[in-house]
Amino acid sequence: MNGQELCKRLLTMAIVLLGVSLLTYGLIFITPGDPARTILTQQMGGQIPSQEAVEQFRAENGLDDPFLVQYAHWMGDVLQGDLGHSYYNDRSVSEMIIQRLPNTIALAVASIFVALVIAIPAGIASARNPGSQADYAAQIGSLIGVSMPNFWLGYLLIIVCSLRLNLFPVAGAAGLEHLILPSLTLGSGMAAVIARLVRTAMLDVLDDAYIQAARAKGLRERIIIYKHALRNALVPVVTIIGLQLSYVLNGAVVIEVVFQRPGLGTLLVDAIFARDYPVVQGVTLLIGVIFVLMNFAVDLTYSRLDPRIDLGGDPT
Amino acid sequence: MSDRAANRRKRQADKRQGWTDGLTADRLGQFGIGVVLTLLVLAALGPVVSPYDPAEQDLSNRLESPSLSHPFGTDQLGRDVLTRLLHGARFSLGIAVAVTTVRLLVGTAVGLVAGYAGGWVDEALMRLVDTLLAFPGIVLALVIAGILGPSLVNVMLALAVVGWASYARLVRSSVLSLREREFVTTARLLGRSRMHIATRHLLPNVVAPVVVLATLDIGSVILGTAGLSFLGLGAQPPTPEWGTMLASGRNYLRQAWWLVNAPGLCIMVTVLGFNLLGDSLRDMLSPTQTAQMEEL
Repeated sequence: MNGQELCKRLLTMAIVLLGVSLLTYGLIFITPGDPARTILTQQMGGQIPSQEAVEQFRAENGLDDPFLVQYAHWMGDVLQGDLGHSYYNDRSVSEMIIQRLPNTIALAVASIFVALVIAIPAGIASARNPGSQADYAAQIGSLIGVSMPNFWLGYLLIIVCSLRLNLFPVAGAAGLEHLILPSLTLGSGMAAVIARLVRTAMLDVLDDAYIQAARAKGLRERIIIYKHALRNALVPVVTIIGLQLSYVLNGAVVIEVVFQRPGLGTLLVDAIFARDYPVVQGVTLLIGVIFVLMNFAVDLTYSRLDPRIDLGGDPT
Repeated sequence: MSDRAANRRKRQADKRQGWTDGLTADRLGQFGIGVVLTLLVLAALGPVVSPYDPAEQDLSNRLESPSLSHPFGTDQLGRDVLTRLLHGARFSLGIAVAVTTVRLLVGTAVGLVAGYAGGWVDEALMRLVDTLLAFPGIVLALVIAGILGPSLVNVMLALAVVGWASYARLVRSSVLSLREREFVTTARLLGRSRMHIATRHLLPNVVAPVVVLATLDIGSVILGTAGLSFLGLGAQPPTPEWGTMLASGRNYLRQAWWLVNAPGLCIMVTVLGFNLLGDSLRDMLSPTQTAQMEEL
């Protein structure tokens, strides 16, 4: 990728980030009814707020200004790292996010780890002996994994591992033992997709001339598979892990609710039900930005790993 | 040695067939069609033949384990779980088809316009598509549905809004490769209107890949609906929606394991059926179109 292409890519990314921020901020304007009234009613525990209180709230929170003014104001603060304050306890949104973020990152990293530990051996076993029982087992497992709702898998694991076998705690996020079931749940769903891709990529690579050359040289099968084939087969897998980030973030929201883990997902869901819009906006924006940046990073890594890949073309 | 050569031949044959190889794509596809048809029949007839009412409470028979009279047991209010699941099938299938249809229609229209008009129209529409795809789908749908307020209709709306973008991308890229083809150039030279070219010449050529994408998409819509309902945004109790049923069952994990597992199993089998059907439809498409689909 040369400099010009990189610039083009960066420009597209900037436009998408602008779109992401506009969409995130614009979301509260689709709320049915008057947000100020809804929020005050909730804050006052169901009582109808007085007209003055509503007007004061609007003025305080800048809800009277035109959309673009409000957006510009918000964006100015966001660029300085200020995501606003919760409507309920006046805590800073960035602070709330920073407090929850480590739990979600731990879950994401552990899940990706679980996914790779399951998917790479399964994909290799499948590709080495296509049509064998191991291959069928891996394929059927993968079909089921893709179709299974992850929240159900979570409860299955809770029923079996926590309630019957008493191996792990049901809920919480205190230590490593709280991480095992959630990351197994999220990771195995991801493994289903990754295993498919490892299998296809390995099938491709195993037919290449250099593998035949390695065989002709009399190298041991293990070395051929792990040293020569896997390294090349992993190139497409890296992109997929990037794309799977969408799965991780979607899944983290649901899985955190299942295991009652205090993370970004539970923060978002709680804020949605409480109609705490600054928190909803902050978390949504953060997730959107992380996602865009990660995809960009994956594109870059991809072209590094395999210089034959040219990203110069139209990204759409 | 001969073993290895045989494996190699097998691998090459497998690569040609796509991923469902080995298990024979046909047989899996047939299984998928079988599952989908069975579900349609159950959704249509189940509520009619079932002896119970989905809302009928029987507090003397709360949390009864599966038995002959209640094959999937009863729930916390003594309602028959099987009856509720059958009614739930109507919701799941109906919602999935409705949402997917809206995604397909909107996405196809946008893709046709963007690909054919080009210029700033294309640029603007594609940046909108990029923006929508810049969010993990369920998170954005969750936020939209949440702000609109918990209801099944809002969940459907949210899922439709976040999901049309990939159709638009697919149609646009097909149109871009079609618009320079001879039959389109000829039509243009014959003085056909843009509308005529778009609907008579371009549209018929994008139908097949779009239908395949839609079949593959139905599974994710079902998972999305169930997930959002599970979080409490979709159908509200006592509606017998699968995700909602699973959510209310989670309070009885210890006493009544069937309350989360029965709806979970239903969701999985349904999604599996549509995925298998979609996979085999995709394998029936020509290789070039398959390559385009894989870019999504």
